[in-house]
Amino acid sequence: MDFRLTDEQQLIQKTARDFATQEVLPKARELDETGRWPASLVARMGELGFLGIAVPEELGGGGADYLSYALAMIEISKACASTGVIMSVNNSLVCDPLLKFGSDAQKQEFLVPLASGAKLGCFGLTEPSSGSDASNMQTTAVRDGDEWVINGSKNWITNGPHADLIVVFCNTDRTKGAKGTTAFIVPKGTPGFEPQEPDHKMGIHAAHSCTIFFNDCRVPDAYRLGEEGMGFKIAMNTLDGGRIGIAAQALGIAEAAYEKAVAYAHERKAFGAPIAKLQAIQFKVADMAMQLDAARLLIYRAALLKERARTEPSLRHSQQSATAKLYASEMATRVTHQALQIFGGYGYSKEYDLERHYRDARITEIYEGTSEIMRLVIAAGALKGGA
Amino acid sequence: MDLRLDERGEAILRRAKEQRAALAPRAAAFEAAEEVPADVFHELGAAGLMAVGVPEDLGGSGAGTVAYSLAMTEIASACASTAVTMAVTNMVGEVIAAFGSDEQRRAYCPRLAAGELGAFALSEVGAGSDPGGMTTAAIQDGDDWVLTGSKQWISHGDSAAVLVVWARTDGPGSRGLSCFLVPGDAENLRVVKREDKMGLRASHTVALALDGVRVPSSALLGSRGGGFRIAMMALDGGRIGIASQALGIARAAERAAVEHLRALPSPEGAALERLADVRTRLDAARLLTLRAAWLKERGERFTREASIAKAFTTEAAWASCNDVVEILGEEALEEGHRVDRAFRDVRVTMIYEGTSEVQRIVIGRAVLGA
Repeated sequence: MDFRLTDEQQLIQKTARDFATQEVLPKARELDETGRWPASLVARMGELGFLGIAVPEELGGGGADYLSYALAMIEISKACASTGVIMSVNNSLVCDPLLKFGSDAQKQEFLVPLASGAKLGCFGLTEPSSGSDASNMQTTAVRDGDEWVINGSKNWITNGPHADLIVVFCNTDRTKGAKGTTAFIVPKGTPGFEPQEPDHKMGIHAAHSCTIFFNDCRVPDAYRLGEEGMGFKIAMNTLDGGRIGIAAQALGIAEAAYEKAVAYAHERKAFGAPIAKLQAIQFKVADMAMQLDAARLLIYRAALLKERARTEPSLRHSQQSATAKLYASEMATRVTHQALQIFGGYGYSKEYDLERHYRDARITEIYEGTSEIMRLVIAAGALKGGA
Repeated sequence: MDLRLDERGEAILRRAKEQRAALAPRAAAFEAAEEVPADVFHELGAAGLMAVGVPEDLGGSGAGTVAYSLAMTEIASACASTAVTMAVTNMVGEVIAAFGSDEQRRAYCPRLAAGELGAFALSEVGAGSDPGGMTTAAIQDGDDWVLTGSKQWISHGDSAAVLVVWARTDGPGSRGLSCFLVPGDAENLRVVKREDKMGLRASHTVALALDGVRVPSSALLGSRGGGFRIAMMALDGGRIGIASQALGIARAAERAAVEHLRALPSPEGAALERLADVRTRLDAARLLTLRAAWLKERGERFTREASIAKAFTTEAAWASCNDVVEILGEEALEEGHRVDRAFRDVRVTMIYEGTSEVQRIVIGRAVLGA
């Protein structure tokens, strides 16, 4: 047993921290206020190797492990949760399934530019009336000779307005339910691939999401990802990884709020002394510290297991990823709430960042599987007797 | 970073699981009899679980705190009363191994490792987590020390082969405290009262009177005035033990919930949600506890981490037992039910070896420096 990070993990953590504090943080408030897409930061993340951290170097990636990925996600999300999720989607939801399920040709054509930061991807699973319930998917792909014709719509697609390609899940056999789902890669510019205007959201304003329409959108069979009918498995497997990224994002947001609250508690005076001297504040801080540590360890555990699963494919980490995401996201809601409380009225004001963190935290309990879905996954695992 | 156990840890864990399986069916009877029979501790001793961290040449297992924590959790999931006795005895062995003279180490460590019991006599009516307020006095008389005072909440203080007794040798405050090794059968050491408790009913908690207990100067453990340091080591380490114990109690309740839900054709969603919360909290608690144990094992500072582990885990364990009661319904609270026992046993883990409030003070100070 060893709780230390390796030198390489510490180096990536430090690189991410430096980038986050020097380049991301100075823009974070403006990005939140204007909802501007952080194109230059996305480009910089590509240069730093953050858009495909865990992809092997020979495929254009950073060649690091999944724990390093989580560490970088935490640091970047701490500065700006929008930038964090843009990174998370490209790494977890696009590079990862291409690495795992893509053909050699698909890896060369799509994964190399995605992992090296030349291109950005998005992930299309959710629909207006189906999210975690993928068996109810309405988007269809129908074979026509050597091509597939895709029709339907996907929504809440993070990175959708700017992505160069989408990994999209379609129903290819209605009689088979979830097993009738197939994944496809659709590059931007394909006729019938139609991203809509960005959504208006409570938080993560600079991470644009949108609805995407597919109108007789044709792709060659060579762009099918995995076998026919394997789509649901690919989606679930991908989300098992994505949830580690979102848990890391949630932790980053919460840590940002916490550190500001701790600093503020030393500055702000009440009854003639800093409020840090008050037991009510000390207890709040202690509660937050405990929860942050718990979330961090759950995230590390899931990331370590995912890394081991690279060479031991029988290892599953669905339950551990779900645990990390459930705990970290609900923790982020609680901790940003308490941190804002320590700031009092200033926390509610746009003058400080607390209200931004508070708003940004909320989505982490929803996307890539709600807390309710996480509980289903965890309970199912517990009943099956999984560790 | 690697969360896998080494071979020695795996071996201890395997033996702890065997002991758990043997103990679990007996736990209800222990509670009814309000006694854990001595043979249990001899068995645990033979399995190397009574002095996990004590060096091998003193009869211990020579393993680390991580293995100890995992073993504690296993035993506690069978019988929390047995576990608390095991925890305290392990800590007494560690303290003697760390601070004792060669003579003291050789006199006591092998006996404790074999399953005789060690107790800590620290708390008093007016001194719990703050030993500075202690009033039990030790007065030098020739080559002897004479101890006078009373001690409160002493786990198995009526059946210990040796007690580590804190007493005031040199004036007020924490610097005036020293530690003594007192044999359980010492003259003028009396059990005044056995507490009637909500849980841990098979573990005896007693009040002791020291009416002029005479011990030789060789009974002084560590240096004169060094008692506070020993107390802090015992408490910090003890917190990891209690976190591990709480985790074990809650894991036993969780197992009951899993078995109950598995037997149902279609469990209610609300029950599954609670089970997921139990699993999530306990997984986090386990990691926090192992981290503190790992730090201690490496000789690094672990005060903050031990407090986090204790406060988080004991509260998570309590909440989890409560959730399991909700999942099982009223049958869980029937006398003799393992969940009823778990629910009563777990409550004290938020109190002894430093209440949750004390842990928060420690954590808050560590963070705020205030």
